[in-house]
Amino acid sequence: MGVGIEVGQLSAWFGRTQALFGVSLNAAANHATAIIGPSGCGKSTFIRCLNRMHETNLEARVEGQVRIGGQEIYGSGTNPVELRRRVGMVFQKANPFPTMSIYDNVAAGLKLNGVRNRRRLDEVVERSLRSAALWDEVKDSLKKKSGASLSGGQQQRLCIARALAVEPEVLLMDEPASALDPIATAKIEDLIFELKQRYTVVIVTHNMQQAARVAEFTAFFLMGRLIEFDQTQKIFTNPSDKQTEDYITGRFG
Amino acid sequence: MPNSASAYGSDYVRWRRRLTDHAATAAAALTTILVLAPLLAIFGYLIYRGAGTLSWAFLTRTPAPVGEVGGGMANAIVGSGTILAIACALGVPLGVGSGIYLAEYGRNRLGNLIRFTADVLNGVPSIVVGIAVYALIVLRQKHFSAFSGGVALGIMLIPTVTRATEEMLLMVPHSIREAALGLGVPEWRTTLSITLRTALPGVITAVMLGFGRIAGETAPLLFTAFGNQFWNLRPDQPTAALPLQIFAYAISPYDEWHRQAWAGALVLILLIVGTVAAVRLIAARGTVKGAA
Repeated sequence: MGVGIEVGQLSAWFGRTQALFGVSLNAAANHATAIIGPSGCGKSTFIRCLNRMHETNLEARVEGQVRIGGQEIYGSGTNPVELRRRVGMVFQKANPFPTMSIYDNVAAGLKLNGVRNRRRLDEVVERSLRSAALWDEVKDSLKKKSGASLSGGQQQRLCIARALAVEPEVLLMDEPASALDPIATAKIEDLIFELKQRYTVVIVTHNMQQAARVAEFTAFFLMGRLIEFDQTQKIFTNPSDKQTEDYITGRFG
Repeated sequence: MPNSASAYGSDYVRWRRRLTDHAATAAAALTTILVLAPLLAIFGYLIYRGAGTLSWAFLTRTPAPVGEVGGGMANAIVGSGTILAIACALGVPLGVGSGIYLAEYGRNRLGNLIRFTADVLNGVPSIVVGIAVYALIVLRQKHFSAFSGGVALGIMLIPTVTRATEEMLLMVPHSIREAALGLGVPEWRTTLSITLRTALPGVITAVMLGFGRIAGETAPLLFTAFGNQFWNLRPDQPTAALPLQIFAYAISPYDEWHRQAWAGALVLILLIVGTVAAVRLIAARGTVKGAA
C-alpha cells in the first residue's frame, strides 16, 4: 500500500545555485500528485529529493523535512539505499540495463540485493511485468532478448516494471512519457491510473493535459518555488494565483 | 509530381555524387588493406620460415644441447604461461581497480596525480622496468625468477588497463548508474555489477591489448626471468620464456637455432592470438540478443 508524503520547507542547492526555495506540500497516499511548471523550475530536483537521489550529485545539498509514511527521510536513522527501495523512481529517458535480458532487468533490484530464490524471482518478474502492462508483449523472449532491444515505449514500461519489482510504497516518475509517442503515452497514463490504487504516485510532467488526466492533485512550480498546490480540477479551472493562471492558459512557459 | 532529375539534381550532379561516393569507399577499402598488410605479411612470413620446424617434439621437448639437432621450446612455452599468469594476476586487478577509482571518484587532485603517473609509466621503456624490478626483487632475493619476470610485465600492464578501464567506465551513461541507485542498490554494487558489467567488453579488449603487448616483451625479462634451458615449474627459479628463447636463438651462430627461433616466433604469435580469441569467446557467452 502507498504511504503519504509530507514535505516541509524543502530547499535544495547545486553548489551555490539554489534550485528549490522552502517548498511545503503533502502528497496523499494512493493518489497521484502531478508537478507542473516550466523548464528549470525545480520539478525534477523536487522529486529527486524525495528518494535522496539529489544528493548523488557531489555538489548537491538539501535542507528541510520530508516524511514518507511518517518517517523523516533526512533523519539520521534513514539509510538512503534502503529508502530508495521504498521509494521507486522512473526516469525521463528509459534506462534499461543494456547488458541484461528483459528478465534480469526486472529482477535486477532483487538480485543485486541478494535474492537468489528462482521461484520467487520468476513470480516477481511476471507480476511486475503484468503490472506494467508489458507481460504479453515480452513473455516469449524474457531471457533471450536484451532490455535495450525493445521499443522506446516498451523500454519505459520495462523500467516501470523494474521499479515495481522491489515493491516500493511510492513511485516517483520524472516525465516518464516525454520521449514517447501518443500511443505509448496513453499506455503509460492508463498504467498510472492502475498503479495509484496500490502506490502513491508523484509525477513530474510538462504536459498539462497529462496532469489533468492522471492526477488528483497538482502542484505548480515556478523558479524553484511552489506557487500553488490544490486539487487538479481547481488548478486547471479556477486557480487562485495569477501566475498559475498565466501558465495554464499558455501566457508563458 | 516532379521527375527524378529535378528532385535529385541534374544528371551531372548525380553522376558526380556517385563518383565521389565510389572514390571515398575505395579510399577506405585501400587504407584497410594497407593496415592489414603488415600483419598478414608478418604472419605469412613466420609461417613460411617457422612452420617447417614446428613439430610435436618442438612443443613437448626442452632445448637440445649445442650441436645436436632437435629439441624444442616446451619449457619456454610453459615458462611464458607462468610469467604471464603472474603478470595478469598482478596487473589486471590493480589496473581495473585504479581505473574504477579514476572513473567514479577521480575528479580531484589525487585522480589527476594517478592519471599522470599512469601515463608516465606507460611511456617508461620496458628495459627500464626490467632493471627496476631487478634492483627491487632479484638483487634482494639473490636469484632470477619467474616471479620477478611476472612482476615486471605486470607493472607494464597496469597503466594500459587503468586508463582503458577508466575510459570505458566513463562511456557508460550516467542514467544507467542512476537506474541502479534508484532501485536501492548500494553504490559499490552498482559500480561492480552495473557500471563495470556494462563496460566489460571494452575492458576485456583493453586487457587483451595489454596482454598481447607484454606477451612479446623480451627486455624486461632479461634480468628477471633470465631464461632457462631446462624444465622449471617453480616460480622462484630462473625460468625460460618464449621471447627470451627466440632472442637467444636468433643471435646465435647456428642454423638449427635460427630455424627454432622462427618456429618459436610462430608459436608465440599463435599463443597470443589463441588466448585473445579464447577470452573473447568466453566473454561473448552469456550475452543476450540485442545487448548494447
